Amino acid sequence: MVDLVEPIAAKQAPRYRFLLDRREVLGAIFVTPAILYVLLLVGVPFLLAVYYSVSAYTIYDPSWRFVGLANFRQIVQNPVFLETLGNTFLFTFASQLLGLILGKFGALLLLRPFPGRKLVRALIILPWAVPIALASVAWEWMFDSLYSVINWTLIALGVIDRAQAPNWLGNPHLAMLCVIVVNAWRFFPFAIVIFLAGITAVPQDIIDAATVDGAGFWRRNYQIILPMILPIVAIGLIFGVVFTFTDLSVVYLLTNGGPVGATSVLAFEGFQVGIVSGDVSHGAAISLFMLPVLFLVVIGMLRFIRRREI
Amino acid sequence: MAAVLARDIFKTFGELPAVDGITLTVPDGEFMVLLGPSGCGKTTFLRIVCGLERQTAGDLIIGGHVVNDVPPRARGVAMMFQSYGLYPHYTVRNNIAFPLKTQRVARAEIDRKVGWASRLLGIDHLLDRRPRQLSGGERQRVALARALVREPTALLLDEPLSNLDAKLRASARQDIKHFQQRVGVTTIYVTHDQVEAMGMGDRIAVIDHGRIRQVGTPAAIYDDPADRFVATFVGSPPMNLLARGDGYLGFRPENFLPKSMASNGNGGVTEFSFRVDRSEYLGSERIVYGVIDGFDTQVITAKLPPAHVAEESIRQGEWHTFAVRNSTLRYFGNDGKRISRH
Repeated sequence: MVDLVEPIAAKQAPRYRFLLDRREVLGAIFVTPAILYVLLLVGVPFLLAVYYSVSAYTIYDPSWRFVGLANFRQIVQNPVFLETLGNTFLFTFASQLLGLILGKFGALLLLRPFPGRKLVRALIILPWAVPIALASVAWEWMFDSLYSVINWTLIALGVIDRAQAPNWLGNPHLAMLCVIVVNAWRFFPFAIVIFLAGITAVPQDIIDAATVDGAGFWRRNYQIILPMILPIVAIGLIFGVVFTFTDLSVVYLLTNGGPVGATSVLAFEGFQVGIVSGDVSHGAAISLFMLPVLFLVVIGMLRFIRRREI
Repeated sequence: MAAVLARDIFKTFGELPAVDGITLTVPDGEFMVLLGPSGCGKTTFLRIVCGLERQTAGDLIIGGHVVNDVPPRARGVAMMFQSYGLYPHYTVRNNIAFPLKTQRVARAEIDRKVGWASRLLGIDHLLDRRPRQLSGGERQRVALARALVREPTALLLDEPLSNLDAKLRASARQDIKHFQQRVGVTTIYVTHDQVEAMGMGDRIAVIDHGRIRQVGTPAAIYDDPADRFVATFVGSPPMNLLARGDGYLGFRPENFLPKSMASNGNGGVTEFSFRVDRSEYLGSERIVYGVIDGFDTQVITAKLPPAHVAEESIRQGEWHTFAVRNSTLRYFGNDGKRISRH
C-alpha cells in the first residue's frame, strides 16, 4: 500500500490566535455587560431593599440593626396597607382588562384599510409615547371639579344636572375609576401593537379556511384568531401587569393617593413611607410585598402559555 | 346538471384584470383541473367560486343557484388551501368537526360524520393529535377530510400537493383521484403542474392571463392544442414550433424521430435535416437538442427511446435525417390559433 496523502509536518498555530473564534469565549464577552448591568443596577439595590426591610433603618436613625420580620408584621396589621394592597390589585387588573379590550377593538379597526390609516397608526402610539407627567395634567383638568370638560359635555347634553355634577377626583370610587381609565388609556396603544402583531401573524389561509368553513366574524375572531394569538397576548399582559403593579406615576400625579388613600397603591405607599416620610425599613418592606405577588403572576402566566403553545 | 357554472367572470384589482372573462361549466361529479402558469388568475377564479373574492362582473351558479352575493358559508362549497389552513390550536377531530359546528349540526351527527371522513382518508388513528404533530401527508389528509365532511356541492383544491415532496406527491395524486372517484364529489383543482393536470383531470381548462385558452380532456389538450400557448405550456419538453412565413408548424418531440423509425403509418412523413448539438440521457428517454436546416435560430428537441436508438447513430455535430408523421403535425396561424390541416 502507498500512502496517498503525505502527512504535513504539524505546524502548531499560536495557542490564543483564534481565541475570539471560540463560541464560549466570544459569547461570554458579549454577555458580560448585560450581566454586570443587571447585577449592579438591579441585584444590588434589590439586596439592599431586602436588608432594609429586616432592619430598623430610617433616615433619622440610619442604624442597620436587624429586627427580623417585625416590619412585615407591623405592615400586615395596618388596615391602611391592606386597603392599599386591594387597591393595587383592582387598579392593575381593571386597567389591564380595559386596556386589552380597547386594544383588541383598536387593532381590528386599524387592520381595515381606510384613508389615512398610516397616520392613525402613528398617532395611536401617542398615549404611550407622551410623558405621563404631561398627560396627567390634561387628564387632571378633564377631571377637575369646576372646569371638567367631561361634566360640561354631560351637562350640555342634558345627561346630568349641574348641581349633581360628579367630583371625579374627590369621590373615592370615582377617583379609582379615573386612575384606572387613565392607566388603561396609557396602556392600550401597547395592547394594540400586541394585537396587531398577533393578528397579522395568523396565516391568511387559516382565516380564509375558517370563512369557507362557515365561520362568521365572531367565530373567526374568538374561536380561531384569539386562541392562536393568546400566547402573544399573554406575554403582553405579563408586561402590562408587572409594569402597572409596580407603577405609581398615574396615582402620584393624578390623585396623590387620595382622597384619603382611596387610590393609594403599593408602589405609591412604599414611596410615601420609605422616601417621603423617611421610614426606609417599612417602605422597603411594603415594596417587597410586590415580589411574591408578581412572582406568582408571572409563573402562572408562563405555565398557561406553555400549555397553550401550538 | 352543472354543479358549477361560471358565466363571463371578470375580476380586476385596481386596473389589473386578474380574471378576464372566464366561462366554465363543471358537470356534476367531474374532476376539473385549472392549469396555468403562476399569476394567470386560476387561484383568483377559485377564490371567486368559493366566495372569498367578489367578481367584478359575471354570474356564478353553484348547484342551480346564483350565488353572486351569497357568503362563502352558504355556498355549499369546501376549499382546501395550498398550506392546508389547519387550525393549529385544535385537535384533528375538532379541525374536521369545525365546518359542521359552524352549521350547528347535532353532536351525534358530527361524531358520525367525523368518523366517516377520517376513516375514508385513513386518519382515524390521528384524531386526538394536533396539526403540528402530523407529517405533511397526514396534514393534507386532515385538510381533505375537513373539506369533505359536510359533503359539499363542489370541492375546491388550490395546489394541494405543492407542499409535499416529490415522492409523496405521486402517491397523494393517486389518493386524491381515487377518493374523488369513490365519493363522486364535483372537484375543481388548481395547479401549475401539468403532470398533476394530465394525470388527474377528467377535463383540463388551460388558463393564461385570466382567460381560458382551451377546455378539454387531457388527450385533447395534448394532441390537439387550440393555440400556441397550450401547445408549449403542456408537454415536457414542449411542442416544437417552426416559424414559417404563414404561421407555425408544430410537432411533439416524441414524434420527431430518425427517419428509419418514423416511416410507418399512412399519411406519409415530412422529413427534416436535423443537426444534433447536445443530448441528455435520462434513462427512459434521451432528449436531443439541435437545429433544423434552414431554421438555425430555433432550438428543436427530440425525445428518443434509448432502447431503440443507439447513441452512435445520433452523433453530435452531424446532420441526420429526422422525420415526423404527417398525422402528428399541427399548424398554427400567425395569431397563434390552431389551423386545421392544410
